[in-house]
This record gives sequence, C-alpha cells and structure tokens, in this order.
Amino acid sequence: MDILEYIELVFTDYTLRTITLGTAVLGAICGMLGSFAVLRKQSLLGDAISHAALPGIAIAFLIIGAKNSNAFLLGALISGLIGSFWIRGIIRKTHLKSDTALGLILSLFFGFGMLLLTYIQKLPNANQAGLENYLFGQAATLLESDVWMMSLVTGICLIVLLLFWKELKISLFDSDYTKTLGFNIKFLDILITTFIVVAIVLGLQTVGVVLMSAMILAPAAAARQWTNSLSIMVILAAIFGAFSGVIGTAISASHNNLSTGPVIVLVAAVFVLVSFIFSPGRGLLFREIRFRKNRNDLQLHKTLSFMYNIVKDHEDISHPHAIKILNNFQGFTKKSLQKLEDKDYVTIEGNMWSLTTSGYETAANLYNQLTQTEDE
Amino acid sequence: MKNKIAVQIDDLTVAYNYKPVLWDIDLAIPEGVLMAIVGPNGAGKSTLIKSVLDIIKPIAGSVKIYDKPYRKQRSLVAYVPQKGSVDWDFPTTALDVVMMGTYGSLGWIKRPGQKQKKEALEALEKVGMLAFKSRQISQLSGGQQQRIFLARALVQNASIYFMDEPFQGVDATTEKAIINILKELRKAGKTVIVVHHDLQTVPEYFDWVTFLNVKKIATGPVKDIFNDDNLTKTYGINYKVSVQQ
Repeated sequence: MDILEYIELVFTDYTLRTITLGTAVLGAICGMLGSFAVLRKQSLLGDAISHAALPGIAIAFLIIGAKNSNAFLLGALISGLIGSFWIRGIIRKTHLKSDTALGLILSLFFGFGMLLLTYIQKLPNANQAGLENYLFGQAATLLESDVWMMSLVTGICLIVLLLFWKELKISLFDSDYTKTLGFNIKFLDILITTFIVVAIVLGLQTVGVVLMSAMILAPAAAARQWTNSLSIMVILAAIFGAFSGVIGTAISASHNNLSTGPVIVLVAAVFVLVSFIFSPGRGLLFREIRFRKNRNDLQLHKTLSFMYNIVKDHEDISHPHAIKILNNFQGFTKKSLQKLEDKDYVTIEGNMWSLTTSGYETAANLYNQLTQTEDE
Repeated sequence: MKNKIAVQIDDLTVAYNYKPVLWDIDLAIPEGVLMAIVGPNGAGKSTLIKSVLDIIKPIAGSVKIYDKPYRKQRSLVAYVPQKGSVDWDFPTTALDVVMMGTYGSLGWIKRPGQKQKKEALEALEKVGMLAFKSRQISQLSGGQQQRIFLARALVQNASIYFMDEPFQGVDATTEKAIINILKELRKAGKTVIVVHHDLQTVPEYFDWVTFLNVKKIATGPVKDIFNDDNLTKTYGINYKVSVQQ
C-alpha cells in the first residue's frame, strides 16, 4: 500500500480514522505533560502510575462484571492516583529515596493487578476476554467516543497549563523560592501529578500498562534536545508525540500482525535517537564537530603564536623564515600550515614562510582573546 | 538596639527526625543592618533562614517580620537560595529567571508584562549581567548564576533580604560586585541577612553578626562581639558538648 492510498484510507475508513486521531491526540497530551514529568526528574513516575492503574481496571471489571472502557478508565484513574500519592507519601514520610518508592509502588500494584487478572480469567464469565489487552494495549478497540474523551481532556489540560503557566514554570525550576513568593506549591504539585495520571490512564487502552511510560518520556526527552525554552519544549513534545501516534498507526496498519502500541513507542524512540544525535545545540554529532573544530583551531593558534615569537624580534614582520625551523614544534603539520595560508595569515614560498600583517595582528591578539573568552 | 526590629525570632526549634538542628533560638535583627550568620557545617544556618521563610516547619517558636507573622509580610522579604539548590539545565534564559522575582507581586494567573520586563532588565544591569539576558542559564558560569539569583531578589524590591551563601564558588571580582550591591542595599535602609563562610571577610563586609551552632552563641555589632571568645565557642572543640546540653 503506498502512502497516497493510505492517506485516502485514513479519511474514508472509520476504524483507521478513529485510531489515527486517537493516537495523535494521545501522543500530544502525553508529550505535553511528559515535559513536566521529565523536568521534575520524575521520569519513572509515569511507569509507576501506569502499572499502578492495572488493579483499578481489574477491580472495575469485578464490580460491574462487564467490559466498559469508561468504568475501566475510572478504576485506573483511582488506583493510579492512589499509587502516585502513596509514592509522594513514602518519599515525604520515610528516608526512602524516590526511585525506591517508585519501584516499590510499581511492583506492588502491578503484582496485585496481575493476581486479579489471573483470578478473573478463571471466572466463568465470557465477558473477561480481552482484559489482558490492557497489558500491551490494543488500538483497534478505540471508539469515536474514546477519541472525544481524549480530546476533551487534552483541551482542559491545555487551558489549565496556559492558566497556571507561570506558576508551574517557577515551581518546576525552584520550588522553595516559589513558596516564599506565596504560591501554594502543594496545589501545583497535585495539579500536575493529577494531569499526568489522567494522561497515562487515557493511554492504557491504546498503548498498554507496560509501555505507557515511554509515551510520557520519549517525546519530552526528544524535545528537550532542540530547544532551551520551556514553552517551545512543551509544544515540540506535543508535536513529536502526535506524529509518533500517527506514524506508528500507519506502520502497524499497513502490515499484518503488528500491534499498534509497541510500534508507536518505537517510532517515539526513533524521534529520541535522531534528536540525541542530530540536534544542533545538544546533539552528539554537532558536539563532536564543535569539539574537533575547537581542537583544530587551538592547534592553528599554537602554530601561529610560535611563529609570532620568532617574528616579533625582527624589524620586518614579513621577513621569510625556513619551514624547517618549525619542525621541532609539536603542533606543526603540513596541513595546519596550509590552513594558515588559506586564512591569509602566512604566505609560503618554496620552503620559506612569512607572516602577513593580518597574521601578525591576529597572533598578537591571541593571548588577549583567550583570556577574554574565559572571562565570559 | 539602635533601630526598629526587622526580624524577631522567639524560641525557634527545628528538628529533622530526632536530632534538633536549631535549639531554642531567640534573635532580634535590627532594621538596616548587613548581618552575617556564621557557624560550622551543620550548625543550622540555612535551616534558620528556611524556617524564617516558612519553607521548613519549625517544631516550636515564632517569627515576626516587623511585628507581624511572615505570612502577612511576604512582600517585604526576598530570598536568594543556595545556587546548588536548582537544576541549571532547566530550559530558560537569564532574563526569564530574573522575571520570576516579579511573580510574587503579580499573584496567581496574571502574566508578567512590559513593566515587569523593564524591572527585570534594570536588575540585570545592576548586577552587570545585561549582556547575558538571553543566555540559556546552563551556559552561565557559577558567578554569573549567582548574580542572576541576586538580580531576581532585587526585582522583588523587598525590605529584608535573606541570602544563603551568595559568595559560594564565585571569584574575587564577583564577590566584590555582590558585596557592593549588598552595601548599597544597606545604605538604602534595607536589612540584609547573609549565611557566610569566610570568617576573614566578616569585619570588612558586615556590621552585624550572629554566631550560630544549633544554639545561638552570640549576636550583635561586629566590632563588639567578633572576637576569639565567640569564635571558639562556635567552632571550638567543645561544640559537641554544647549541643547535648
């Protein structure tokens, strides 16, 4: 199936359109809120919350005895919130560090959820089939009403983020200081945690308990690489998340037996990989290039200052000298000499070199320049 | 006392877990002084500031800012936290951080506008950092980051400034620049309280000093009480005994 055909199908096929829209909205809200989780250094919180939601789904099924995604959502929300506030409580009330608290809650809730799931599977109730889909998610079960629900929550979340933008930003950066300004940081903390829980719970049906944390982390981690502004980071993360959803759905829809959730997560991982390597400011590639360039520049400067020391005792600065006398100098190579000539700092005639006026001036200023850049 | 009392601390006791960090502190800080809080590591210097600012809840005691509880006087107080207390890789610029100083007077939801931006730019100029206003904060040196924190507190235009080790990890030039700003604040009648580590510079920089080591050892004008006796009491080998009393 080629791309054009696929795009046409997205607009005509009800199921495909629902899934594409659903995963796009889900990716956007997860990216947006994930930025806050990442900057709060609570990357693992998403993982703990999504696992903590599992028993809620199982209990909701046990209570109503039928599959109902809204009831499951509510169950997941309640147990996810309980999990996240227990984590907060453990960190505040005991000496345990946050990674321990997260791990503890994650395994405790997930274990309990699995226990309930196996119990449910033994029940003589035909409705239980498909409950295990919440482990890895099944995008095909998305309905139009689910997409509306997601869009509604995303809208509310967007309004709240815009409204409390300044407060959320400052409390992320410096919470003690925020408190001295008279802002209620507990309220802000609960607000953002609740929204993260809601976003995770919304994604469980599509991406599943196990992989959901990647939807929170990956777009945000990728976005951080491209910008030094919080607002742009949040917008970028939302875009990356949405595209992960759309592309992931497309790939899984055009191949048989490719489950959507894992493919979306893998697409998001590709965004992360590309960002880590190719982003101009923080990416590995450009960092390496800058590093090499700096080293080469330093080598040139070393050669130039060596020449300057030879030349400065002569009256005529452009008096030619033999290349040979540079040989004992470790920074000197044929290549660096060539580069100096390209920059018009030296002229080379046969096996003699001479500094140009601009080369002399540059060399004389080198020392000043070096100290200046260190001051900055 | 020569002036009004800016900060009045009574019977303040703070404990993390079981061990007291601050024990029954009574302290009156007169208006218009530039005061150093000195004491060994673990003496509770930062804790003292944080409990005055209601960041840490004390077990007992009260704090009054100009005769009223701190909660009612927030707008009179500015805080410069330790530089290491935040993540400098946070995606924001120097100007943005200084703007945060205006958030308190703005209150909930309201956005900073041109007026706030102008104030922030003025503060940046005062600390000599105007040229770096658009710089991502992780690309600033330690001294520059400290100046940004100072500028953020200046924007608050408070009467009382609490600073937690503003000279930590800064070079001599920055230290001079910061102390000049602090002296200017005092000249303008503000009260400045600084957690300080370098005992050598206390007589040169400050006119008031508090010796602290879990308990308050002494407080008063530098010229009267900055002496060997108090230094030994605060830093001396007997300090463990005095903690247990």
